[in-house]
Amino acid sequence: MHPSKQGWGFFAAVVMIAFIVLANPGSAASNKLVITGSSTVAPLVGEIARRFESRNPGVRIDVQTGGSSRGIYDVRNGVADIGMVSRALKPDETDLQAFTLAMDGISMILHASNPVEALNQQQVVDIYSGRVSNWKSVGGRNARITVVNKAEGRSTLTLFLDYFSLKNSEIKPHIVIGDNPQGIKTIAGNANAIGYVSIGAAEFEINYGVPVKLLPLDRVDASVDTVRRGIFPLSRPLNLISRPAPQGLAKEFIDFARSTQVHDLIEAQYYVPVSIH
Amino acid sequence: MFRSVFTDTLLRWVLQAGAVVSALVMAMIMLFLLSESWPVLQHLSLAQFLTDSSWHPLEGSYNLTPMLSGTLYASMGALLLAVPLGIASAIFIVYYASPRSALLYRRLIELLAGIPSVVFGFWGLTTLVPLVNQLHPPGASLLAGILVLTLMILPTIALMTYAALIAVPDEYIRSAAALGLSGWSMIRGVALPAARTGIVAGIVLAAGRALGETMAVLMVAGNVVQHADSLFDPIRTLAANIALEMAYAMGDHRAVLFVSGLMLMLLVMTLSGLAGWLGKKSYA
Amino acid sequence: MPEITFVRSRSILRDRLVQLLVYAAVLVVSGVFIWILADLVRGGVAHLSWNFFVDSPRDAGRAGGIGPILVSTALILLVALVVALPLAWATAVLLAEFVPATSKFGTIVRYSLQVLAGVPSIVFGLFGNAFFSIYLGLGFSILSGGLTLACMLLPILVSTAEAGLRAVPENYRMSAAALGMSRTATLLHLLLPAAAPALAAGLLLGIGRAVAETAALLFTSGYVERMPGSLLDSGRALALHIFDLSMNVPGGDAPAYASALVLVVLLLAINIVAMKLAYGLQRKRIMPA
Repeated sequence: MHPSKQGWGFFAAVVMIAFIVLANPGSAASNKLVITGSSTVAPLVGEIARRFESRNPGVRIDVQTGGSSRGIYDVRNGVADIGMVSRALKPDETDLQAFTLAMDGISMILHASNPVEALNQQQVVDIYSGRVSNWKSVGGRNARITVVNKAEGRSTLTLFLDYFSLKNSEIKPHIVIGDNPQGIKTIAGNANAIGYVSIGAAEFEINYGVPVKLLPLDRVDASVDTVRRGIFPLSRPLNLISRPAPQGLAKEFIDFARSTQVHDLIEAQYYVPVSIH
Repeated sequence: MFRSVFTDTLLRWVLQAGAVVSALVMAMIMLFLLSESWPVLQHLSLAQFLTDSSWHPLEGSYNLTPMLSGTLYASMGALLLAVPLGIASAIFIVYYASPRSALLYRRLIELLAGIPSVVFGFWGLTTLVPLVNQLHPPGASLLAGILVLTLMILPTIALMTYAALIAVPDEYIRSAAALGLSGWSMIRGVALPAARTGIVAGIVLAAGRALGETMAVLMVAGNVVQHADSLFDPIRTLAANIALEMAYAMGDHRAVLFVSGLMLMLLVMTLSGLAGWLGKKSYA
Repeated sequence: MPEITFVRSRSILRDRLVQLLVYAAVLVVSGVFIWILADLVRGGVAHLSWNFFVDSPRDAGRAGGIGPILVSTALILLVALVVALPLAWATAVLLAEFVPATSKFGTIVRYSLQVLAGVPSIVFGLFGNAFFSIYLGLGFSILSGGLTLACMLLPILVSTAEAGLRAVPENYRMSAAALGMSRTATLLHLLLPAAAPALAAGLLLGIGRAVAETAALLFTSGYVERMPGSLLDSGRALALHIFDLSMNVPGGDAPAYASALVLVVLLLAINIVAMKLAYGLQRKRIMPA
């Protein structure tokens, strides 16, 4: 007989066990970082990670999006070493430590062809709560408004709701989206849509020729410049978070990401670097 | 001789181990779905999933009924379109087409069955949604979801109906012809009734697939949690809800998503059990 | 008799009408199929080049290619098959050759696989995330994704292999027994080679299913679009890449079309070969062995 050919089942069992043993969490390589969370922060951290890797050969950094809540969840759960959160930490999140990388703002966006140039607070609230459903009512063309809202668990949503004193249950959306770019893409593809996104993400895409435009908020232009000067009303910090006192590679990466060595990368993503003294 | 008996015993032992592992996968899935749902099942009553004011998991309300209605509307709508198209396709292959075009069309249906759901979703997003948007904004809607799902389940219905129709004994057809029945009278009076159980099994299987489909619907249906009032309203299905929110859900929210996974699975299991039972009956 | 003529002409009219409806349905289905393919080809073919297959994606996939994504897809598939094939074929051999169809053990295994076949892929994703990624601590990795897919592939691999083995004529087994061959030898030298086309067809169907899968990989293998360094790294599968490009990347439609075209052509090729094998098998079964 051919003993070597016998027993696939045995082989399978061995393979399965081998996989599980090899993949034991304890044996995970120590020169690898997993970073998950906010889709606003992810593109920036991805760029920073590439530069960090090129300066520290043998290090590997995986960056994945999913929203700020996921960053917090994954860090608490040990799935990620560092989380990305595009808002300040809440009082019930004191088990985590935040490191601010940059500042960003949130503003309304429309399709570039939409003649509406500005909306006041009440108009935005009316549109999002479904009381106004045609662009004509706010000085636009005669067309139905498509309201784009973010999925729960996104800090952009939380900050938007707080600013306009809305509750998510009051909003009557037509499309619910996840990551920032998805919002921008949805609005770029629908001439009558309205949404709200990170200013940095929007300017980045506008620079790529995507047909969307940012609206001023309370008569303050939505731009990197107004965020930098601290006069844009809906600003927020972009944070890296970890369990208190990050050590080793995680600490090195956080320090690097907050150093002047990455300011050009932050500027390139249309965010505002935070100076560290 | 002794050696061969020994290897035979070993082989049997090994095969049995493999089969046990295979069978255990299902048990493991149930176990993990249950254990992950357990925290909420313990302190939330099942009624809350139906009576809470809305689905706002971060505000602690977990009403799943909009997702249930979305799932059912989308699946029913898709069945409404795919059943006639699928059965007509099978009738074409068996009774109307020349052998050459029958083979060609059957291949086409089989290839349609092989197109992945993400490609249907992508095509729906770039082609169907803008078309529906011209008809009635916002485009991403129940209608778009139904159309994409129709394409995905049509091959299942067509191929199962085809299999059932060619399994109809030749004597039936010949006696029908002897009675002067021909064309549609024969198909409706003899062939379809004889193939009924197989066709129903196919429809049930397709329904299961429609209920569980995630990506394609997620991409075209708009994902708004609401009971749809019209075909142009956006909806969110149970499966899409899991895919959308699983990424950041924690605590009770995460557990509720596992509950909805459990519900989805029970729904689909009931259907596939039904299909299996019907399928068995059709050969009896 | 005028009455009969009337009935007959009405039934002829009805036959014509039904025929018309059936042809219309066929035209609609074929039309949509061609529409989809044409859209994919038109949108994607200009973007295809040798570099598209080997380069890494840049600018979130707008530029560059799908090299690392193809590698990740292949690795996920490899893990899934290395785990699922031995298990599935062992189960199939046991069910087809060793236990009577009515035995309790066989019934349980078969029932459990039948249920498994109906589980929606997003539920596999939930399970994979809870079990492989978190409970076993594999995180978002190719390994988690591959193992999740392995669970998903079991039913189709078992049922095709079992059907193939059952299709091997009974006289093979009789003659082998008469020659005093052990069951192991019969299996290895006669039954498996005879069932090889069925095993191969099932294997291809499984590959097709795995390559097309998205929902089960969303929360298991993750979507890091870089070249994976090991099985414990996250890797983005091709289907997920299409999803990400079309949902999350403004200006990502052209590479999404190109990636979808690659995926569809790959799957069509796999399915055509699988069908050829399966039809060849049927023909062989009809001929006397």
